[in-house]
Amino acid sequence: MPSLKFTRREFLKLGAASAALAGAGCAPPAERIVPYANQPENALPGVPRFYASAASFVGGAEGMLIEANTGRPTKVEGNPAHPGSLGATSVQGQAAVLQLWDPERSKAPRRGGQPATRDALARELNDALGSLRAGEGVRVLIDGSTSPTLARQLELLGKRFPAARVHRWDPLEPVARREGGRLAFGRPLEPLVRLEEAGAILDLDSRFLEDHPFRLNYARQYARGREVRGGRMSRLYVFESAPSLAGAVADHRYAMPAHDIESWLVEGDRRQKAILEDLKKNRGVILAGESLSPQAHARVHRLNGELGASVSYVPPAQIDALPLPPLVEDMRAGRVKLLLILEGNPAYDAPADLAFAEALAAVPLSVHLSLYFDETSARSTWHVPATHFMEHWSDARAFDGTAAIVQPVIAPLYDGVSPHEMVSLVLQESRRGYDIVRETWRDIDWPAALRSGVVPESASRTVKVAPRSVDMPRAAPREGWSVRFVPDQSVLDGRFANNAWLQELPRSESKITWDNAALLSPASAKTLGVAVDDMLEISLGERRLLAPVWLVPGHADGTVTLALGYGRTHAGSVGNGVGFNAFLLRTSTSLWKAHGVSLRKAPGHHGFATTQNHARMEGRDLARHVRLEELVKKGKAWDEETPRHSLYKEWPYEGYRWAMVVSLNNCVGCNACTIACQAENNIPVVGREEVIAGREMHWIRVDRYYQQHDYGEVTLFQPVPCMHCENAPCEYVCPVEAAVHDSEGLNLQVYNRCVGTRFCSQNCPYKVRRFNFLQYSSHDENLKAQKNPEVTVRRRGVMEKCTYCVQRIQRARIEAEKANRRIADGEVITACQAACPTGAIVFGDLNDPGSAVNRAKRSPLEYDLLAELNTRPRTSYEGRVLNRNPDLHE
Amino acid sequence: MSEIDARLQRWGYASVTDKISDVVLRRPTHWIWAGGFVVTALGSALLFAGIGYLFAVGIGIWGVNIPVAWGFAIANFVWWIGIGHAGTFISAILLLLRQKWRTSINRFAEAMTLFAAGIAGLFPILHLGRPWFFYWLVPYPNVMELWPQWRSALVWDIFAISTYLIVSLLFWYLGVVPDLATLRDRATSRVKQVLYGLFALGWRGEARHWARFETVYLLLAGLATPLVVSVHSVVSLDFAIGIVPGYHSTVFPPYFVAGALFSGFAMVLTLAIPMRHFFRLEDFITGRHLELAAKVLLACGWIVAYGYFIETFTAFYGADRFEIAMVKDRFFGFYGPLYWLVLFCNVVAPQILWWRAARRSVWTLFVLSLVVQLGMWSERVMIVVQSMHRDFMPSAWGLFIPTVWDWIILGGSIAFFFFLFLAFLRFLPAISIYEMRKLVHEEEAQ
Amino acid sequence: MSPLYGLMAEFATPEKLKAAVEKARAAGYRRVEAYSPFPVEGLAEATGMKKNWVPVIVLAGGLAGGIGGFFMQWYSAVISYPINSGGKPPNSWPEFIPVTFELTVLVAAIAGVVGMLVLNGLPKLYHPVFNVRAFDLATRNRFFLCLRSGEPKFAEDSARDFLRELQPLGIWNVPA
Repeated sequence: MPSLKFTRREFLKLGAASAALAGAGCAPPAERIVPYANQPENALPGVPRFYASAASFVGGAEGMLIEANTGRPTKVEGNPAHPGSLGATSVQGQAAVLQLWDPERSKAPRRGGQPATRDALARELNDALGSLRAGEGVRVLIDGSTSPTLARQLELLGKRFPAARVHRWDPLEPVARREGGRLAFGRPLEPLVRLEEAGAILDLDSRFLEDHPFRLNYARQYARGREVRGGRMSRLYVFESAPSLAGAVADHRYAMPAHDIESWLVEGDRRQKAILEDLKKNRGVILAGESLSPQAHARVHRLNGELGASVSYVPPAQIDALPLPPLVEDMRAGRVKLLLILEGNPAYDAPADLAFAEALAAVPLSVHLSLYFDETSARSTWHVPATHFMEHWSDARAFDGTAAIVQPVIAPLYDGVSPHEMVSLVLQESRRGYDIVRETWRDIDWPAALRSGVVPESASRTVKVAPRSVDMPRAAPREGWSVRFVPDQSVLDGRFANNAWLQELPRSESKITWDNAALLSPASAKTLGVAVDDMLEISLGERRLLAPVWLVPGHADGTVTLALGYGRTHAGSVGNGVGFNAFLLRTSTSLWKAHGVSLRKAPGHHGFATTQNHARMEGRDLARHVRLEELVKKGKAWDEETPRHSLYKEWPYEGYRWAMVVSLNNCVGCNACTIACQAENNIPVVGREEVIAGREMHWIRVDRYYQQHDYGEVTLFQPVPCMHCENAPCEYVCPVEAAVHDSEGLNLQVYNRCVGTRFCSQNCPYKVRRFNFLQYSSHDENLKAQKNPEVTVRRRGVMEKCTYCVQRIQRARIEAEKANRRIADGEVITACQAACPTGAIVFGDLNDPGSAVNRAKRSPLEYDLLAELNTRPRTSYEGRVLNRNPDLHE
Repeated sequence: MSEIDARLQRWGYASVTDKISDVVLRRPTHWIWAGGFVVTALGSALLFAGIGYLFAVGIGIWGVNIPVAWGFAIANFVWWIGIGHAGTFISAILLLLRQKWRTSINRFAEAMTLFAAGIAGLFPILHLGRPWFFYWLVPYPNVMELWPQWRSALVWDIFAISTYLIVSLLFWYLGVVPDLATLRDRATSRVKQVLYGLFALGWRGEARHWARFETVYLLLAGLATPLVVSVHSVVSLDFAIGIVPGYHSTVFPPYFVAGALFSGFAMVLTLAIPMRHFFRLEDFITGRHLELAAKVLLACGWIVAYGYFIETFTAFYGADRFEIAMVKDRFFGFYGPLYWLVLFCNVVAPQILWWRAARRSVWTLFVLSLVVQLGMWSERVMIVVQSMHRDFMPSAWGLFIPTVWDWIILGGSIAFFFFLFLAFLRFLPAISIYEMRKLVHEEEAQ
Repeated sequence: MSPLYGLMAEFATPEKLKAAVEKARAAGYRRVEAYSPFPVEGLAEATGMKKNWVPVIVLAGGLAGGIGGFFMQWYSAVISYPINSGGKPPNSWPEFIPVTFELTVLVAAIAGVVGMLVLNGLPKLYHPVFNVRAFDLATRNRFFLCLRSGEPKFAEDSARDFLRELQPLGIWNVPA
């Protein structure tokens, strides 16, 4: 791992220097800046440095190592020491660096929409607070922050202004989970599961691979459980009301409306008996999701107790505060004199029945701290630009309570304020963010915490309590349609709407980009008389929404899934007007599901920008799977062995022979590899129209196939990077030697030699090559600052593709040659491999007999893609193992 | 005595010379020619505007994408180079076979070849992502000491096309030289005398000059014969060398060559029929000429039909999953209608030529020639696009939908072709005068 | 009077011209030139042309193009800059054949045309025969015999007499 030596002085120097270098046309930072001519110690141009930090996206922190090149944050890697990461990153974690450099971030405070100064804000706040001595009418609205420092500051605020109140609105808040904890234990405890110890997992709509604060940790644990050891592996049952990653990779996937899952849990059937028996036999565990009632959660806690599942319980990592509805009531009644909104975007994402935006108009002085001048900013008296988490000091807790220091990697690009500094302003003390955070952590080894990215022994004490028995009302049978809201896999609740990487990232199941959709099952669509691209009118009470239809095989019948986070009006030029706003239907009583919606075909058509238009393999052996019992019986997964003959002599590779193995058994289709590759390799976004034209640029795509078998439908994810074929068909058709092989077996693309005949892509059976049909890479100065200096930015007319992260190989080679040794196994980690939460990607040297990649190549599950073409791919696959329960024959 | 002979009997050296050269030198500009010239000039302007926009913005203005990274540019290239086959075929192969009737049509057929091959040669350059670096495909001394990659069919292509263009140009120009001398000597204005004189290279018809001229002309014909066969064979290798079903096929070389002659002869008819009408050249380009061209068309049509059949047959006989899927998609997939259009135009429609009445009907032949060209163009699009849109990985399957710029550049290239041809008719003799004189002499000798 | 290039006689048919040429040669004229609006078989031999070098030049060009072409590919791919392209050996000779063939044809054709022009002394935009007005018809329908001055046999008067005996359509002085 890169060195993490770090001192504060060094940081300040680096940060200031980089701000000067970035030259983003903004005012110099308040601190004294140092010209780069006096090169800071240990900062070598061309040698990236990594700084540990953390960020919360879905209610719990994800530890990161932020890569900085000459002071510019360019890439995010996971922090192996952080439990919320274990070395992996989420798609939002990867995209955060683009958010930092987004040229459309808010750059200056505004009052009533007009540019204003921070001094004017301080004066106005002082005046207001002067008349509100005890803080009557002072309200603070926080988002889902997990910052202990913010919690401490809010406590201070309570002491200073006893009448002030703090409320919280997090649109992704797991209300049912916490209420379930309260029912079962008397306080809002949340289950922390040791998934890797579970021999069987029953997932009740919990979406633990995408929406859970511990998603990266759980994904890693899940993948460990899927390893076949001694003919055994874990088994996953998923009941889902909306397509989830877990559902896609489940051994048994049952799709049904949320209330049916709940009544199934209460009523039980033969299937439930078999599943529970399996869970009992194999130390199983049950996970419950937000579409279930708190009572159902309590019931699950009890069942887990009976199963002896490895579950412990932790208090919520998020700051405790009052809920939103009473605040809105006070606002409307004129009882709120000063409202401080610390990030979040409630005017856009608050429950529709609360009509937050209207209530906000009744507040005489509202101050919104936000990264963007968004919907809430536009309706507040004051908008204050927030610093990005890569620009400020803060801290954050992971789901298990582990704290991490959020340290800035760059001085604020604009005139931003961190939430801590904002609260400090209200406390009329105007302290610097660093001092505030430092004060919270007075008693720890500060440099060590910064270096490792975690505060030692800060995890919440897990509670071992026996759950109480809770009555679960027998759900009345329901008729009609229901709706299920889910956070968008990419933009979540819309806060990443202006992030083009995330917008262009194909959603795992639908492969839609730049859009959300009303997801329906084919049977539901038939009933409604709608097809893909038709418009659907969705009404719930008086609320109405028009949404385009997309069909997902395996989706639950009788329900429609709507992703939140779209239909933004103040997101920025990237996010504005993309998709429809599902928040318009979401009320405080139906946060995640609603029943009694009416669906009707509406006039009009929509065109989706999808990256995969064919869902079936057409009998081709591309993404393979094998059933566990067959694997155990035969000792191998695949019958045929493709003979490898050639008229030509084998080309010798004497030094290194790089190769990759992608395990479909581990892959959960989360897209982290795709976006990590995009960040690492300066891959441009092309925009919605170009995706429709079929010109997306991702170097590693995740294919998704549906396969029908007598044992049910199987969904398969298959990440496809360049195969680096030894007999590469792309090379010998290139007239100018732009596609050539190197001495270590890399299939290179020499950009400055490429004239753009595109013959290589035509002749690539895997279709992994990407072409710059137009000038895709942006000339924006801000976005240029994000670029990886070790990777060429490609211009129009040039072919590009996966390079096995050749720049990382070179970096390792330089280190190894300095020490006069060979590159060790595991020293080169490709960007996709690093980001993968399940360790599905293994990379290394085939000439090293002990390398991990050689081990993976020896796996009985290993196979080459399209081996019959004799391309001899260096990238190969391990097939997926399906562990069906023999007692469940449907 | 054939019709050609009968018709020629009416002519002597002088009258033949005057008749043909007067088309260039004395005949007043006909309004149809002028109108055609203006229309095609505008169309050519559109082509060059399209090319300008293409160079400024990039090939993303077309419908190409991944998986279908080749589109109209390649289809147009193959189509045009195919049309450019008939000229040299007529000139060279029929010369070697001593087919006298070729004399009336070889000159304009060669010009047609040159223009078509020239336009064809434009397309691979337009096709490039970075057209300004097209010269990297040819060997030239450079600092990096890099050479072209000789294993690439595209390099073979560059050599084949440039050789074909150069040899066709030499062949054609050689034939024009004595006629330029005629024009030089018959022109009345000083400008024309000087211009024609310059290009006539001082030709004076000396006996030894004629002897060497005839030798090299015959040898060029001999060289051009394998060249005609090789050019489209090499073009077909652009596809056949690939591993994609629909490209990877051993029948491609002969099938492409036959297809080339098919569309080439169709273009000969398309040009000859109006030309002989407007310039009153019925005595030189007789009904018999048209009939012979029609027979060649019919024969080529059958070879092409055989190609279609054998492709389908081998797919199923070889039992390759990907080939079979490709063939089924060709029949019934998104681009299926294109396939049936191709079959109608190239296989069904030409069967009318079994009837003598059809072969002798100028209108039937003219319409059929257009049908065949549509069919051959569609076939090129089908091969280039349909094969690619669904290859090995279903996840990467996609569609190619041509944009307005695809059509503009196709339409513009057709306009430019006719523009060049109209200019040719006006400035150079469309029928080889010296060879007609020779023919008249041979008639007299009998 | 300016020096003569030669004397020229005009005929109406190629047969007459050929007969005239043969007579002139029989009469001992060595420098006999014949002009016709189209190639006439045997005419060149009649004027005394012996060896036609054009085929040899074409053959030499073809050999040079073919051998040079293959060598260029072999040298660049094996010696100058060998590259692993799709796992194929540097000397992928079967794939060098198309370019070898094309270069054979190309160089042969260019050599042939250039050789023909050089042997014919073309391009030559000015030539004394053009000074004869009637010679314009040499590219239309008339056939010309030219007896060149500058050989011992040639004397203007006797040559004129000789030509007159051939009953041409006309006889002209060709000024040098």
